[in-house]
Amino acid sequence: MIDTVLFYAFALLVLGGGLATITLRNAVHCAIALIVSLLGVAGLYLLQQAEFLFAVQIVLYVGGIMLLFLFVIMLVNLDQAARERQFNRQWVVAVTAVAVVAAEIGYFLWRGKAAFHIAENALSPASALGNTEQIADSLFSEYLLPFEIASLLLLVAVVGSVVMAKKRI
Amino acid sequence: MPVNAYPGATDLLRFLPETLLILAGTLIMVLDPLVKRRSSPLFGHLTLLTLIAGIAVAIAGASNPGPAFGGMLMVDGFATFFRVLVMGVGILIVLPSYPFLARQDGETGAFHALLLFSISGQCLMASASDLIIIFIGLEISSISSYVLAGFFRDDKRSNEAALKYFLLGSFATAFFLYGVALIYGATGTINLDAVRRSIGPLRADPPVMIVAAAALMFVGLGFKVSASPFQMWAPDVYQGAPTPVSAFLSAGPKAAGFAIFLRIFLTAFGPIGAHWEPLVWGASLLSMTVGNFAALTQTNFKRMLAYSSIAHAGYVLVALAARSQVGAAAAMFYLVAYACMNIGAFAVVSHLSGRGEKYTDIEDFKGLAQKQPLTAAMLTIFLLSLIGVPLTGGFFGKFYIFRAALESHLVWLTVLGLLNSAVAAYYYLRILVMMYMHEPGPAAEAVEPLSPAMGAALILPALGTLVLGIFPGWVLDFAGKSSELMR
Repeated sequence: MIDTVLFYAFALLVLGGGLATITLRNAVHCAIALIVSLLGVAGLYLLQQAEFLFAVQIVLYVGGIMLLFLFVIMLVNLDQAARERQFNRQWVVAVTAVAVVAAEIGYFLWRGKAAFHIAENALSPASALGNTEQIADSLFSEYLLPFEIASLLLLVAVVGSVVMAKKRI
Repeated sequence: MPVNAYPGATDLLRFLPETLLILAGTLIMVLDPLVKRRSSPLFGHLTLLTLIAGIAVAIAGASNPGPAFGGMLMVDGFATFFRVLVMGVGILIVLPSYPFLARQDGETGAFHALLLFSISGQCLMASASDLIIIFIGLEISSISSYVLAGFFRDDKRSNEAALKYFLLGSFATAFFLYGVALIYGATGTINLDAVRRSIGPLRADPPVMIVAAAALMFVGLGFKVSASPFQMWAPDVYQGAPTPVSAFLSAGPKAAGFAIFLRIFLTAFGPIGAHWEPLVWGASLLSMTVGNFAALTQTNFKRMLAYSSIAHAGYVLVALAARSQVGAAAAMFYLVAYACMNIGAFAVVSHLSGRGEKYTDIEDFKGLAQKQPLTAAMLTIFLLSLIGVPLTGGFFGKFYIFRAALESHLVWLTVLGLLNSAVAAYYYLRILVMMYMHEPGPAAEAVEPLSPAMGAALILPALGTLVLGIFPGWVLDFAGKSSELMR
């Protein structure tokens, strides 16, 4: 019961925040609305007993990435953009895309879980260990190599952005 | 799942080529601020040495094939073949980059570090047998390539190339990743071998999710190898990127892209081959046609090579459509031959282009034969090989591919492919006419003498092209043995 109530509360945060993000005109307000939406997602993770994802969501998205967003918004002069006339030339495409996605969601709601042929072993087995311990276990045993070379990927991205952004290369 | 998964000595040994490349790349970045001259050749030497050592280690490692890191990597003949190929491509790129970077006053440290990182990503792709490693390798290789394409930030075209490549490339990667997610949902694993075993019993009527996953991954990979209809980025990127980088893009990432294409579609998706064959059939015909016909009207040499590269991706897809071990071996042979002749052709442009890459038009090749007969002769070899004239690697590449296609009863694709290569002869021969039958233009007058590095950059791929054309058995036997994993 309490789970259901919490689910709807967090879902409301996600959707309300998302709507506010795309409808508000002031960029800083948009960013704050996005934070609300991301917090709602974090809450949903917690409901699913994914504590690690919950913490990562808060620390990385709400804490790190949104802070960067706000920095950029404050550094770049957006008043000019806010005053310009808004236009919607691609609305036909947008409406079609929304209709297709809505039909998909409707179909899956109607069919339920049977619509997906999800393999048995793709769903995580019930375990005495917590979610965080499980992630740590697979990250540092089975997925050790991908975990390590992901750091190379990040290094390349950092070097790349420095090379592209430096005044004189 | 291995409980105690500390990597042992064998694991680390099988990962040694990548480790070498990554360490050398990092070392270059550390040394970079300590070296005063911007265009110091030191980093080029270091890169060359690393690549040669990497090739040696990769070949030595082939004597002890097997999985590493609990099945994440599969170091077999196939992996060795492509590891050696992409590192060889690296060597052929470093050579023309010496005079090129010196002339353009480019920063050698960042260039070579990114080149090494990109090649390490491609080596990972070649030896991966797990979709997550394939994905990370693909991203490492791609992100370094985006930056390399935009290496000259002050050049508008280079900027445009990087931005286009980045946006469309990220989009394509998202398609690929979506396919991986669906595969995990449908089979509960991302290990290629396990996916194959899981799909095997469903071969008659595979679930929609698996077919959708194959289609999404086809889109992602089709972009990476610039197959039509996902080829839109290639002409702008090849034209705008610095010439050695264009050469690299057309050979390294493409070869690695085809490596994972072959591995994923012939192993994991092998059981549902009848479902994806029409898709590959169509894409290959479209790539050959679009590439060859669009190349006919180009005036810029780099842009023409970009379209020709699209057409050549089509030829390799013919080999994939054959769905056989012979086809895989033919594709591998073709990629080696293509790397040699195409890098050679780009190296000639790099040599001719002059400061600021002014001279890259087809007109600029006028009279090159009078000014520098050796350069013109080398370009002649490359162009003849691109056409597919006997005694060159290009001939046997096409020969093996179409033979494999005929063995798999793809008669129409073979006929249309052969007609296509006849069309292609026109635009390659046009360059020969420019070089040999015209008086020297401003570009040929201004061309600088061949430096030793540039000479090596032309002669090595030319030798490779000729050896492949006269003794094709050497590489083909190796490719045939290496492609046995496909069973």
